[in-house]
Amino acid sequence: MNRLDAIDAKSLRSDVPSFRPGDELKVYVKVVEGNKSRVQLFQGVVISRSGAGVRESFTIRKISYGVGVERTFPVHTPIIEKIEVVRKGESRRAKLYFLRNLTGKATKIKERRGADGELTVEAQYVAAVAETPKVEVKAEPEIAEETSGDVKVVTAKTDNAESKA
Amino acid sequence: MTTTQSKSSAIKGILGTKLGMTQVFDDQNRIVPVTVISAGPCVVTALRTIEKDGYTAVQLAYGAIDPRKVSKPSNGQFAKAGVTPRKELSELRISSTEGYTVGQELKADVFKSGDLVDATGTSRGKGTAGVMKRHGFSGIGAAHGVDKKHRMPGSVGNRTTPGRVFKGKRMMGRMGVDTVTAQNLLVHSVDAQENTILIRGAVPGPIGTVIFVRTAAKSVAGEKVGA
Repeated sequence: MNRLDAIDAKSLRSDVPSFRPGDELKVYVKVVEGNKSRVQLFQGVVISRSGAGVRESFTIRKISYGVGVERTFPVHTPIIEKIEVVRKGESRRAKLYFLRNLTGKATKIKERRGADGELTVEAQYVAAVAETPKVEVKAEPEIAEETSGDVKVVTAKTDNAESKA
Repeated sequence: MTTTQSKSSAIKGILGTKLGMTQVFDDQNRIVPVTVISAGPCVVTALRTIEKDGYTAVQLAYGAIDPRKVSKPSNGQFAKAGVTPRKELSELRISSTEGYTVGQELKADVFKSGDLVDATGTSRGKGTAGVMKRHGFSGIGAAHGVDKKHRMPGSVGNRTTPGRVFKGKRMMGRMGVDTVTAQNLLVHSVDAQENTILIRGAVPGPIGTVIFVRTAAKSVAGEKVGA
């Protein structure tokens, strides 16, 4: 699949922050109306993230005027201007579809404070991406740095949490 | 028809290998499913002419092969063309061999983004298959007292007249490994340096199949009709 990796690498973005289900995101979406283009903000909670590589996508849910609205984006789609992580949420599950049946206070997700095993999962994933040869040469060093940074943070804060417990 | 003939000298073709499918974003940021074909380089090994062969075509050769595996007669053919032996040979029927010379090399850039092409490959082998899978028969009911005949073809003929099963009656048997052509596929993009062609949609056969990509037969010289 090496040859296809080279083709996929052209579509991959390097500016996607690491986020996971339960996190609250601000997604700046480019909207083209006629020949005018503007940026629309979609802010909500990530309820699922699936796929890998160029096929990876995530679903984000918000409550708009009392109505639940969900949008699914490919992670690497060019229509996203940028993604900001507003708040990291703690979640034990990968798919938060149960939020669809909840309203008000019950939908609130606890904030994730550092000590989380899943960040290491994320780090493993990033490391795996970094390992695959010649995928996105430009992005590689950045990702590698982030990875090492994340891992350090995780280990340090895990210790804290344990000592607190 | 006349327009087709006048433009048919623009019929182009190349042999390549299917590398697999992936997806890319187009200029309007939509997801496009594409098949990646590693096309060529192909070499022209012979020209067929009306005078000598009764038809006009270009013979294309593609792919690396161990020279020991090439038979002496075909080795002679390659030597005559002045090229190293290749694995696959195919003929591209065109109206005039103008612009082609023996020994000429063809690369992926014979096609350009937006062309319509036909892709010919060998379909996946399915082995012995029943009539439902092979010919799309409906089978027999799942219930209402049907006994162990759910996927059977049913009756294959009449009675004393004609007293036999007609030739060509569709039955079970070997399925797949057929030459299949997918028509009017859109070329999404061509990478001349990497020699890859990205074709929108699926192309027959598993990964690694040799694919013959040609200008679409049922469009006017590869241009989208009415577009």
